[in-house]
Amino acid sequence: MKTSIDRTGSAIISLPTEHEIKIERKFNAPAELVFDVWTTAAHVRNWWGYPEHEMTDCSIDLRVGGTYRFAAQVPDFGEVAFHGVYKEIECPGLLVATEIYEAFPEKEAVNTLTLEEAEGVTTMTIVSSYPDRPTRDAVIESGMEHGLQVSLDRAEAILVSLQEAEDES
Amino acid sequence: MARAATNTDAFNAVAEPRRRQIVDLIGDGELSVNDIVDAMPISQPQVSKHLKVLKEVGLVTSRTDGRRRLYRLEASALRPIYDWVSEFERLWNERLDRLDNYLDEVQRKEYR
Repeated sequence: MKTSIDRTGSAIISLPTEHEIKIERKFNAPAELVFDVWTTAAHVRNWWGYPEHEMTDCSIDLRVGGTYRFAAQVPDFGEVAFHGVYKEIECPGLLVATEIYEAFPEKEAVNTLTLEEAEGVTTMTIVSSYPDRPTRDAVIESGMEHGLQVSLDRAEAILVSLQEAEDES
Repeated sequence: MARAATNTDAFNAVAEPRRRQIVDLIGDGELSVNDIVDAMPISQPQVSKHLKVLKEVGLVTSRTDGRRRLYRLEASALRPIYDWVSEFERLWNERLDRLDNYLDEVQRKEYR
């Protein structure tokens, strides 16, 4: 049975050192399921990208030395794609992988995902480690630009639906 | 939406945990160096060193009050950092909320 705690918007971002970003979030699910949903292409397709952006690639070769690639088509922006290599895999507690945002192919991050389960609740921690602070800052900024695009798309969708509602009344 | 170069220094300044602690402390009101030293497990010279860095990037200002020097937080200097982190937080929240909803969906199927 799942608990009914609503955890919407509860992710916490911190900057533990000048070249890292840390993301923490709890899920009402066992660690093994979270790990599975995080590392199986058929699952990742269902949550990784925004529903309005077609996922153009989602390939996962889950073994040490194996690669993954996620890509999505963002309207008026182009393809946003990430790829990397799995370095450490300990299901369900640990996953270490490199990550390259293809817009900055020379900058490689190392992402360490840990999952800790207690009483059916899994705490996820992701630490993204960049070669240096400027790289980390650039990654966050590029994410913001991408995010801004998405929020504008959404605002437009809301406006359209409001207008339709008015037309009907 | 590029940040101004000077803000990078403020980012750097608060990336250090002790300095973040000092920012938290004086966020509640003006404090002297001794007040800060009393509240932290580090020495007066270390506190002074951190305050110097925070002053250089404009996060902290000071004034003299009799024989004491009081330090206060310049909240406006923190604003760009707050905005920057919270925007990134929003993006990750959206992704992890989708994951959360999907996990619920998968579990409902499994337990049915």
